[in-house]
Amino acid sequence: MSVELRLPTLLRPAVNGSATVTIEGETVGEVLRTLVAEHPGLSGQVLTDDGSLHRFVNVYLNDDDVRYLDQLDTKLAPGDTISILPAVAGGAN
Amino acid sequence: MTVAKSVLDLIGNTPLVDISSLSPNPSARILVKIEGVNPGGSVKDRIALSLIEDAERSGQLVAGSTLIEPSSGNTGIGMALVCRVKGYHLKVVLPANVSIERRQLLEVWGAEIIESPGSEGSNGAVRMAQKLAGEHPEWVFLYQYGNPANPRAHYEHTGPEIWRDCPEVTHFVAGLGTSGTLLGVGRYLKEQNPQIQVWAVEPPTGEAVDGLRNLDDGYIPPIFLDGGGQDLLDRKTLVGPHDSIVWTRRLIEVGIFAGISTGAALAGAVKAAELIESGTIVIVSPDGGWKYLSTGAWTDDIAEVVERAKRIIYF
Repeated sequence: MSVELRLPTLLRPAVNGSATVTIEGETVGEVLRTLVAEHPGLSGQVLTDDGSLHRFVNVYLNDDDVRYLDQLDTKLAPGDTISILPAVAGGAN
Repeated sequence: MTVAKSVLDLIGNTPLVDISSLSPNPSARILVKIEGVNPGGSVKDRIALSLIEDAERSGQLVAGSTLIEPSSGNTGIGMALVCRVKGYHLKVVLPANVSIERRQLLEVWGAEIIESPGSEGSNGAVRMAQKLAGEHPEWVFLYQYGNPANPRAHYEHTGPEIWRDCPEVTHFVAGLGTSGTLLGVGRYLKEQNPQIQVWAVEPPTGEAVDGLRNLDDGYIPPIFLDGGGQDLLDRKTLVGPHDSIVWTRRLIEVGIFAGISTGAALAGAVKAAELIESGTIVIVSPDGGWKYLSTGAWTDDIAEVVERAKRIIYF
C-alpha cells in the first residue's frame, strides 16, 4: 500500500523541496529504505549505514514514535501517515 | 497547619485531583498532579532545589557563587527563586521567543537574562550556555539536561507522592522536556508495580523554533540516554498545539487553570483512556496558566492562538 511521508524542512532539499512524498511499503522500515533508494541525497540522514534509524531522527507513525512501537518493523495500515522529525532539546522548560 | 521555616520547604508534596469527568472512557479515571502550587509556580522548583542542594553538598556551590543555566523558563524561574533565597547569583540563557511572563518572572527574582536567538530554540540556549560556561570556569553550570539530580528529585519525591496518593495508578503520562519527570517518576512507579505504563507526550518540532541546520545539530538529553529512557518509556506520542490548547481550555470546566503543556499531557491521557478498557491515568500539570495569559489561549480565536503557539516555546 502507499502511505504519505512528511519530511522536515532540513531534509526537503533532497526530495526536490517537497514537504510530503507518497511511498509504497508494508512496514515503516520498507518505506524509509525506499525513500532513501529513490532520493540518494538522504543517504545517512534517515537511516545509518547499518540500516538502523539515525539517532537524531524521530519517526512517527501517525502520532506515535515508532521506537516505542515495533521500530522499523512497525506495520502500516491504509491511510497511515509517517512523519520524520529531528530530535531537539524538547521545549525543556 | 504548621509554620514553614522557609518557602523552600513548601516545594513538592503537591495535590492530586480527580478530573475523570473529562475522560472519554467511564472506566478510565484521569488524575492530575498540580505542580503549579509550588512557590515558584512550576514542577521545576523541585529540580531547582535538588540541583542546587546537591551542588552545595558536593562543595561545587559556595557562598556568593554565580550559576549559569539554559532554560526556556520554568527551570530558570525555579532556580532564580532558590538562588535568591540562598544568596547565589544566577544567569539564565533564555531563547528570545518565550512568553513575556517568563522573562518578567526571571526579572522579579533578580536573575540576569542572557538572550539566545529565538530561531535556535532550546537547542540554541543549551549551546550558548555550554559555550559561556566553558569561557567562565568560575561560573557553576548545573546543566539540568545532564545532571542526575534532576530525575533524582522525581524519583525521591514526585514518584513516591503519586504512589502514596494513588497506588491504583496504571498509566503515568507526562511531557518530555529534559525527560527528568518521566525518568524519575517512571522508574519509581515501575519499581513498585512493573505493570505501570509510562507514556511521554511531546510537542512536534516547530519549524519556526527548531533552529537546526542539519540533523547532527540534534539533541537528546544526556539524562535520557544515561537513565535508559528508551527502555523505560512504553510509548511516545506527539501532541500538537491545537489539541494542547483545546484540552487546556477543557480543564477550565473542572476549575483548573493550567499552562499549555498540561493540555498536551491531558490530550495524551485522553488518548490512553480511549485505548484501554479500564485504568487510572495520572498526569503531571507542570505549571499554572498565569504565564500564558498573553498568548490569549483561553479567550482568543483558537486558530489564531494555535498560530501564536507555534512561534513560542510553551513546553
